[in-house]
Amino acid sequence: MNYTYYPGCSAGGSSADYEKSTRAVCAALGMTLADIPDWNCCGSTPAHAVDTELSAALCSRNLDMAARQGVRKLLTPCPSCLSNLRHAAKRMENPQFRARVDELLDNPAAPEFPDVTSVMQGIAAHCGANGIAAHVRGSLSRLTLAPYYGCLMSRPPEVMDFGDPENPLLMENLLAACGANVLNFPLKTACCGASYGIPERRMTARLSARILQLATDMKADAVVAACPLCQMNLDLRQPQAAKAAGARFVMPVLYFTQAMGLAFGLSPDMLGLEKLRVSADALLRKLELPPAPQGSAEGGKPCE
Amino acid sequence: MKEATDIRRRRDAGFIAVVQERSGQNLSACYQCGNCTAGCPAGFVYDRQVHQIMRAAQLGLKDEALDSRAVWLCLACSTCSLRCPNNIDVAAVMETLRHMARRENRVAARKVEKFWFSFLDTVRAFGRAWEIGTMALYMMRSLRVFTDLDLAPEALKKRKFGFRPHTVANGGSGAVTRIFKRYRERAAREGTRP
Repeated sequence: MNYTYYPGCSAGGSSADYEKSTRAVCAALGMTLADIPDWNCCGSTPAHAVDTELSAALCSRNLDMAARQGVRKLLTPCPSCLSNLRHAAKRMENPQFRARVDELLDNPAAPEFPDVTSVMQGIAAHCGANGIAAHVRGSLSRLTLAPYYGCLMSRPPEVMDFGDPENPLLMENLLAACGANVLNFPLKTACCGASYGIPERRMTARLSARILQLATDMKADAVVAACPLCQMNLDLRQPQAAKAAGARFVMPVLYFTQAMGLAFGLSPDMLGLEKLRVSADALLRKLELPPAPQGSAEGGKPCE
Repeated sequence: MKEATDIRRRRDAGFIAVVQERSGQNLSACYQCGNCTAGCPAGFVYDRQVHQIMRAAQLGLKDEALDSRAVWLCLACSTCSLRCPNNIDVAAVMETLRHMARRENRVAARKVEKFWFSFLDTVRAFGRAWEIGTMALYMMRSLRVFTDLDLAPEALKKRKFGFRPHTVANGGSGAVTRIFKRYRERAAREGTRP
């Protein structure tokens, strides 16, 4: 089945492994992802923090192009893109707001936009828990995983439509279908500190440390993330978090698509596991799989 | 007594009306329970807590509301909005206050604004965000050239970031540049800081 897809900018850089594993897992499930041609950045946090209309204009250009191609449903892996695109679509229902945004665009935006949902919801809707279980080649039953959604995926609930805003369960269902022991992780929708790792490191370090500490205390083998920025804060910035907390963490932080891919028997290389700062080799040993090949890390692929 | 009369004298009714109109929230619905502050993950770096900002906005104390670092450090996680017993979208109020502060060039956290514009400038130029470019611009503008240098060895080894920006084909980058251009021109016409 074909799906229209909005990768988001980090897919061509820091979250190339999320992109790679998303495409691999979707392909394994018979989902063909076709990018919106010539998509642009949604503006992420900086755009909406600066101006709501600017943010909506950046999002609307993408939604408009998709709508003009007759696209009804759009999938995106990144919760920040998802949040911005959904907020923009909702705000564009207000005619005064729409008129202000149209002034910023080359052409007035299409009257109806496609419905944007997360890849996670797209996978669940495409095949359900039973369909996923049918694809499992090697159960994750030896792994204990801490699901971590971050703060944007489920909030605000009236925009995001992702179940309980403080207790979503979709990732748990997907990982359980892969055989994993999934923790009831209390900080699953707590904020990791977002993009403040750069201008206000102490905030991000402390908030990420709290999540890593709890996962460590709960004896998780890995944290499983759904957001490129959360994953970077928890993985690449893990030593900064450890320093802030006076602790030592060795906590692999996988994307949910990487965890699912392992269960589907996809190779660590296809899932970009070598990109993780905190090695996933301990997990692979538990699953009796060979370690991720080192030195084969590819640069972010162009998205044209 | 003096403080009470001072607050009445300083009450800026126009400010209250603008905050309510732009955020779409009824500020008088806040009864200061403090639930927003209790759940705020960023409170430990704030100069004023969220419920104090809400109180300032409610009383029309413009300076207290707009000159606070808190409105810049808000993570926009919207935990406050979710837990407000009176259904006030507190995060929307925080965002509205930040927009208003920006337009009046009252920027209590310059580093944060520099970071946002470092990001947006890469989007304006290429149509897509460019992580390395954002970092380089931010280091230059904030004069914090050692920002995250500790991450460089691992990030380089793992090739986490693309050294070249991604552009949008078929004139897409130009279309995005034009969105920014029109945004700035309109702000200039309307006499606000873009």
